[in-house]
Amino acid sequence: MPVLARTLEAAGLSTILVSNMPFWAEAVGVPRTLAVEFPFGHTLGQPHAVDQQRRVIEEALVALEEAQAPGAILHSREAWPEPPDKALKDWQPEEPSPVMAVIRPRVMELMRQRRRSPSQE
Amino acid sequence: MPVDSFKYLPRIIGAFYQASAGRPELPIPWTPLPGPVSGCTFGLVTSGGLYQRGVEPPFDVERERREPTWGDPSYRTIAADVQLGDVGASHLHLNTRDMVEDFNILLPIHRFRKLVAEGRVGGLARRAYSFMGYQGFPPDTRAWQETYGPEVTGKLKAEGVSCVLLTPA
Repeated sequence: MPVLARTLEAAGLSTILVSNMPFWAEAVGVPRTLAVEFPFGHTLGQPHAVDQQRRVIEEALVALEEAQAPGAILHSREAWPEPPDKALKDWQPEEPSPVMAVIRPRVMELMRQRRRSPSQE
Repeated sequence: MPVDSFKYLPRIIGAFYQASAGRPELPIPWTPLPGPVSGCTFGLVTSGGLYQRGVEPPFDVERERREPTWGDPSYRTIAADVQLGDVGASHLHLNTRDMVEDFNILLPIHRFRKLVAEGRVGGLARRAYSFMGYQGFPPDTRAWQETYGPEVTGKLKAEGVSCVLLTPA
């Protein structure tokens, strides 16, 4: 989605991306980002938690108004109200996505290579 | 405290992300805000794989099951008068239970209707848009950048939208 933020912004819209991965916002170069430390699939909060959703949206509106330069990343003050290990388990699909069978061996190989040649990092 | 991007990621995916991220293409695009948000009409766009039940089909996850390195690049349109229960989600990389229970956690249509009524924002587009975030392995976002992103931009602008809230899932 970071690339969509760039696409819409380049076409003349002012965008604010709310994301739990400021890592990608920075790597791709998103115009404006509000970072939230919420689990995947829960960008604005928990279902029916109207006040919590409103607080995150308000932070996003303020970030949109206050960001001064391209690549701005502001960090939300909100904390996820459930234990991290529960949240990590709950957001994931009941069965692994089909691509995991493809990715797993490639990542293992990548990590083996990096361990062999740490000086190249 | 800065947000930890890797807090909710399984280690194997985090390791892959860290090994594959590059540096941004410069310059980063920038459209100055036309004025206070109280005067802006907003568009809402998510990549949660949401769709309006009975109006449009789900994303093509059946093809993704057959071709795991492919992800559906198209988008769905969701009317701003949609009710809870009218929205489904097709996304094989997430547990979609909570977003189906209350789509406002990704596409805050009801929250924005209230913000418009209160005068906090200027307006809300009559249509919101949803993509499905998985764009293949390795990711290929050309269709988003060249076709579907510009298409959605055109539709938003035709409704007088100047600001867009984007919510990846």
